[in-house]
Amino acid sequence: MTQAGNTIGKVVGINGNLVSVEVTQGADVLQNEVAYVDLEGIKLKSEVIKVQDRICHLQVFEDTRGIRVGMPVEFTGEMLVVELAPGVLNNIYDGLQNPLKELDNKNGFFLKRGQYLPAISLKKKWRFHPTAKPGEVVRAGSWLGWVPEQHFKHRIMAPFGMLGTATVESVVPEGDYEVRDTVAVLTDDQGHKINVTMYQTWPVKKAIKAYKQRLYPEEQLVTACRIIDTMFPVGRGGVACIPGPFGAGKTVLQHLLSKFAQVDIVIVVACGERAGEVVELIYEFPEMDDPKTGGKLMERTIIICNTSSMPVAARDASIYTGVTLGEYYRQMGYDVLVLADSTSRWAQAMREMSGRLEEIPGEEAFPAYLESRVANIYERAGLVELQNGDNGAVTLIGTVSPAGGNFEEPVTQATLKVVGAFLGLSRSRSDQRRFPAIDPLDSWSLYLDQLKDSLDRDLDPHWVEMVTHASSTLRRSSEVSKMMTVVGEEGISIGDLVTYLKGEMLDMAYLQQNAFDDVDAATPMKRQVRDFKLLYEAMSADFDFETKLQARQFFAELQDAFYQKNYVAEDSEDYRKYEEQIRKMLQEGASRV
Amino acid sequence: MFKTYARITNIIGDIAELDAPGVAYGELAHIVNTNGESSLAQVIRIDRDKISLQVFAGAKGLSTHSKVRFLGHPMEVPFADAMLGRIFNGSGLPIDGKPPMDDAPEVEIAGPSVNPVMRVIPQNFIETRIPMIDVFNPLVESQKLPIFSSAGEPYNELLARVGLQAHADVIILGGIGLKFDEYILFRKSFEEGGVMDRTVMFVHTAADPVVERLLVPDLALAVAERFGIEGKRVLVLLTDMTAFADALKEISVAMEQVPSNLGYPGSLYSDLASRYEKAVDFEGAGSITILAVTTMPGNDVTHPVPDNTGYITEGQYYLNNGVIHPFGSLSRLKQLVIGKVTREDHGAVMNAMIRLYAKALESKKKISMGFEKTETDERYLKYADLFEARFMDLRVDTPLNDALDRGWQTMAECFSRREVGIKKDLLETYWPKSADSSDEAADDDEEGKANAAG
Ligand SMILES: Nc1ncnc2c1ncn2[C@@H]1O[C@H](COP(=O)(O)OP(=O)(O)OP(=O)(O)O)[C@@H](O)[C@H]1O
Ligand SMILES: [Mg+2]
Repeated sequence: MTQAGNTIGKVVGINGNLVSVEVTQGADVLQNEVAYVDLEGIKLKSEVIKVQDRICHLQVFEDTRGIRVGMPVEFTGEMLVVELAPGVLNNIYDGLQNPLKELDNKNGFFLKRGQYLPAISLKKKWRFHPTAKPGEVVRAGSWLGWVPEQHFKHRIMAPFGMLGTATVESVVPEGDYEVRDTVAVLTDDQGHKINVTMYQTWPVKKAIKAYKQRLYPEEQLVTACRIIDTMFPVGRGGVACIPGPFGAGKTVLQHLLSKFAQVDIVIVVACGERAGEVVELIYEFPEMDDPKTGGKLMERTIIICNTSSMPVAARDASIYTGVTLGEYYRQMGYDVLVLADSTSRWAQAMREMSGRLEEIPGEEAFPAYLESRVANIYERAGLVELQNGDNGAVTLIGTVSPAGGNFEEPVTQATLKVVGAFLGLSRSRSDQRRFPAIDPLDSWSLYLDQLKDSLDRDLDPHWVEMVTHASSTLRRSSEVSKMMTVVGEEGISIGDLVTYLKGEMLDMAYLQQNAFDDVDAATPMKRQVRDFKLLYEAMSADFDFETKLQARQFFAELQDAFYQKNYVAEDSEDYRKYEEQIRKMLQEGASRV
Repeated sequence: MFKTYARITNIIGDIAELDAPGVAYGELAHIVNTNGESSLAQVIRIDRDKISLQVFAGAKGLSTHSKVRFLGHPMEVPFADAMLGRIFNGSGLPIDGKPPMDDAPEVEIAGPSVNPVMRVIPQNFIETRIPMIDVFNPLVESQKLPIFSSAGEPYNELLARVGLQAHADVIILGGIGLKFDEYILFRKSFEEGGVMDRTVMFVHTAADPVVERLLVPDLALAVAERFGIEGKRVLVLLTDMTAFADALKEISVAMEQVPSNLGYPGSLYSDLASRYEKAVDFEGAGSITILAVTTMPGNDVTHPVPDNTGYITEGQYYLNNGVIHPFGSLSRLKQLVIGKVTREDHGAVMNAMIRLYAKALESKKKISMGFEKTETDERYLKYADLFEARFMDLRVDTPLNDALDRGWQTMAECFSRREVGIKKDLLETYWPKSADSSDEAADDDEEGKANAAG
């Protein structure tokens, strides 16, 4: 670990988790390299974040209590990395990829500082299946073989840092190997031999780009949340944000996505939020079935957790760690969903550091580089074509916790510039218990347009047109509702009332979804199409009511039928009965015209 | 062995600076002023030999020739069972006239976080006998919940009452910027309520130095944590966390930090979270539940202190006009206990009563706008009055099951079975028999719709 860095220094200043170090031996310091502050034998992991002549400033990933001027500091010459190898799935890590379950055996209730463990077992043997042949020409990221990890083929790849091409010299035969055993030997353009193991490391702040090219997202990522999939779809390989005031339902929504989104692998980054929320996942996921693999949900999941009372600098690292792991599985051709809750806490960690570095503050004291950092992290998502022509995707959905629930603040604004979908939660909807509280009037998705071809092809030839029409009805319905608060129901026409009722019906019986009901919590896309088309039929029908009372009664009954239908399984007799009842009501309603 | 220094070079706000080599970050110092007064101070910044000390007693009247002695360890607090029944100030010194805790072992304050995998999912209901809490937003063991309140509301009375009635093994009060009268109120009610012998109080009053406020939550929570590890169910009451946040603001201004919002430091969220996250249910041991008061300056919930608090805690109780408000209040852990450890009808009663009250308020509004009052409105108005008197009035003091029974009773006095939107099987068990005369044969087939309409 230290061959490269014989650079040594000593502490000259401490301010919170910022420690200033004077370099006393060697001279080569890398920006963002890892250093260890030696506190009487406890080595505190840190990252160089600013170099000023012979003084380096480190952000320490631990509590800095007890550090004194003069204490030695070792520089490692390596940037902050994640460990990439089979065995990463089904783990709960802290922001620096320490396995929390292993720490637990060692340390009891509390997280002691200076304890770092390998992210995966180095001793475990994996069944390696070679796929590359000697003589084959490969590049960084080319697949050489695989081992079974949970329900997946975990690809063993040519090192991501390799430049140019290389030729496969040899590959070991099928057999059981530890992650650091050599499984293949390559020769690069210069004739150097490269021993490939199942283990590599990668700097978290650098994107893994060992693929042929990035592709434009053309397909939808199905989340099983109706308002998202139907109204504000997210592309596979796309990026979306969920801003909302406290208690509006960001975390509940993210947990739903982590359970029901139709992807291969889910990485949940709990960044600066409550520990209790992670505990729920830790207890639930190992019990819940993953319909896609037939295994348990946890087996396709990685939880990265740096909760709000854990050291702030490691919070900054946690999102990078999550995204890098996502990129790793993308290289194997998987569809990965990375969920970050909350990116605001990550931005605040940045702000705290920037303040200690006495950088010129921008709006609300956030550093001037806030926007570029936000853009940079979201840019790491994407759909890519791999070296072998397959593709893989990282979809990134982050929550934002705006101060005072006001979306005009810097983090929300910086995020809005880079995401493809904005799923804004509103206080008024959560107060009315209209969950998920995604505001159907404020939110938007660029993917509805971008994915039009595939949506119209896969769902219904008129899908996007129907959705667009439904949202304009919703808008008009809301206008009528505002009007009614001023002039009362007496002051509007029956036609307007019907528009209002149609919008309400769409909202109450389709956009809202009960997270705590077994059936309603997740709606597969096929069912969404069926449900939505029937609802759309009702919304586009012309009705001619004689009285407003008649209109209200008709819609109350119709809405209730749609609503009840949400709670019954699609293959049930009840479902069919509700559909029939709705059809009959529509015919009767229409025949009055 | 620990050197004494006698030359303070700079004093800014409550921060004193001096040259002292070899001091550790976070170390505690003891300062004796030339007039003989003394204070503890903590190292909050080191720049080579220059040490910045946060002086807990404040730097007013501090002489540059004060004697500063470093103690070689960070801030600690004594911990022993003998602390029960005792009262300490914001520096951890006794103020109840009894001797100091000299023999008790000292424990670190503001220690490391609990490993998330060592927590368990909370599952115990804490009965407070306050219907707006127990019925509508029950408090769950290991939850962290603030009371959002404006000045002048009876939040401390409410806090004291929960302390008295919650049946915790240990109660720890952290008073931050308390008025003297409020301090006496807590002491008296705990003494009279007979819980003083399982209470530890850390009290910083408004007359004490501002910086000392900063220590109160940490002292209280460090002691709570020790009791928790020993298997005790600890209830921590913190009031007023806005005063704590204001002290953070003063320090950050003195340190010339760039404020993020209304002068508060950018770290406000983390500073509050590191305290509130001490709430925990330890696997195989005790628990810490935190009930705090956050006063809202200008009664504005978007003010940085309540706003950041809301992002940290597991819900909030809004105390407004002397009542806990049914709508904005939320216990985010309630689904873990409702109907699971409480009675099966709890969830249904809670939802139905809130829904009916919301409708009642709509009726009120409609009538106040000059629309005609219908017979239905009359019944909703009656319901609103009963609801306010029997549930919202803070003087009501009743066990949960009685409150639930009274909920059925109240609904039955105003509505028929089919108007309340409750599942049939529950109605059959709980709907008061005496109340059914006219609508005995409630159309059962309509109930599904009543449910859905809600
Ligand atoms: N889809 C939903 N269905 C039912 N209830 C919900 C739903 N979403 C949220 N809630 C309710 O709102 C509460 C708060 O939700 P959640 O914890 O997701 O908020 P949040 O936006 O993450 O808040 P914070 O920013 O403070 O973390 C939940 O405890 C639950 O009572
Ligand atoms: Mg949340």
